[in-house]
Amino acid sequence: MMPLDRRRFLLAGTAAGATALLPACAGGTRAGGHVVVVGGGYGGATAAKYLRMWSQGRVQVTLVERNPTFVSCPISNLVIGGTKRMEDITVSYDGLRSKWGVRVIQDEVVAVDAAKRAISLKSGGTLAYDRLVLSPGIDFLWEQIPGLAGPEAQAAIPHAWKAGPQTVALRRQLEAMPDGGVFAISVPKAPYRCPPGPYERASVVATWCKRNKPKSKVLILDANDDVVSKKGLFVKAWEDLYKGMLEYRPGSEVKDVHVASRTAVLEFDKVKADVLNVIPPQRAGDIAARSGLKLVNNRWVEIDWLSMEAAGTPGVHVLGDAILPAPTMPKSGHMANQHAKLAAAAILELLAGRAPSPDPLVMNTCYSFVDDKSAIHVSSVHRYDPATKVVQPVKGAGGVSAARSEQEGRIALDWATNIWADMLA
Amino acid sequence: MTYRTALAALALLAAATGAGASDSERARNLAATCANCHGTNGSPAAGTAMDPLAGRDRSWTLNKLNGFKDGTQQATIMHQIVKGYSDEQLELIATYFAMQTAGGAR
Ligand code: HEC
Repeated sequence: MMPLDRRRFLLAGTAAGATALLPACAGGTRAGGHVVVVGGGYGGATAAKYLRMWSQGRVQVTLVERNPTFVSCPISNLVIGGTKRMEDITVSYDGLRSKWGVRVIQDEVVAVDAAKRAISLKSGGTLAYDRLVLSPGIDFLWEQIPGLAGPEAQAAIPHAWKAGPQTVALRRQLEAMPDGGVFAISVPKAPYRCPPGPYERASVVATWCKRNKPKSKVLILDANDDVVSKKGLFVKAWEDLYKGMLEYRPGSEVKDVHVASRTAVLEFDKVKADVLNVIPPQRAGDIAARSGLKLVNNRWVEIDWLSMEAAGTPGVHVLGDAILPAPTMPKSGHMANQHAKLAAAAILELLAGRAPSPDPLVMNTCYSFVDDKSAIHVSSVHRYDPATKVVQPVKGAGGVSAARSEQEGRIALDWATNIWADMLA
Repeated sequence: MTYRTALAALALLAAATGAGASDSERARNLAATCANCHGTNGSPAAGTAMDPLAGRDRSWTLNKLNGFKDGTQQATIMHQIVKGYSDEQLELIATYFAMQTAGGAR
């Protein structure tokens, strides 16, 4: 039989007019408290908004973010490809402040004291919390590409794998490249942030070159043995659209670079380029490592999938690209937004002295452009499995686009507008 | 159902949610997985062509979702997404969106 609660809920849903009443009655998440959120990207900004919205303002939220505005990684490849500008991928934090009552402070967290439940800020001072949300994104394993250590090297050979000045730098280099030049992009071994991202970037750079510098060449140096995401769709687009211009080289890990000559050093080979875009291997953002959280392989934070709480560190919830991913789960902005909602729901239960929901579900979608108008997608749904205590991909669900299309190109841009609003407006 | 009985149902609902996540919260959490594309609480951002879900009749939404599941409803992606949710979960989601105000009033 249906439990009483469900029957009543489904019954209530048929009533027009009950609309505005549901939130005030839903579940009695009445507990207050102070949650500090570190990092205002796809994970952190979503967590801040949903904690305020779902608690009807009873939970105080402070968001600590080092940048003055949100700049999106998804769609940033279109800035590099010349069809979008930086202002198109930049969103203010004002909505979180004025509409949702989040205290947003532009600062950096230098230390976390999980025992005392307090963080220290770079500007001085500390903040006490009842629950901490860390959404620190990624930082790079520079030691694996020694020549890239140092700011000058990183300016000359941009990664553009965090949107902002690096995005602009790479776009400028592409604009300055001679016709007939070589644009080389390197892909690190998986897992890394945004699995289809490097292939999307190569594709939209090739679109731009075809029109503006048609004698040029786009070279993908992939540390992996094959295309990591949406392989069939990308390979078909490259065959159909960029034959003779775009070259894909699997098993080509960049071990080092010579900055002055813009040369990528592979195990048995060297590749000289006019624009060299090395995406280094990655790990959880610095603050995760400095907070004493348990890192798997020294890279990713292991979490409890019912609450996103870091293993062994109660009260600290970790979201987004920084976590050890569940099977087949990509590191994406869409996924970080879903982690944030899972964590927000769990935090409200925990603050009220209750157990988090026993059956969370998250889903992912990544859209990628293969030229200036057409896009493809990959999607998946992941459900909590009590046996393995991990969210597992639901068999038979998810998949990829039937074919690239301009229709999905329009949907991809609408996806961006809607997810930015879901986080920040 | 009248307005008065709806109120009574909601009052009972609130009283029945002592321990663990209630169905109203499960519904809210599941519906939030759709918000990335369809907007917070099912109201898409202005200027996008994404379909609004807020304030839609429960049966209308379920009809669409079942159509995606059995392939009678044309889709680029929804047929892949709905297969990740049980029928019970889709019912909770459709119920939640029926209770939201179109346009996002909160
Ligand atoms: C990745 C973006 C995305 C997500 C996430 C998503 N949808 Fe959709 N939805 C779409 C698109 C795109 C369409 C149009 C049909 C298509 O192309 O698949 C659509 C169409 C629909 C429609 C039909 C609307 C109409 O007016 O015909 C319904 C109902 C719907 N979605 C419900 C949901 C529900 C419920 C969820 C969460 C379980 C959800 N969607 C999650 C993108 C999404």
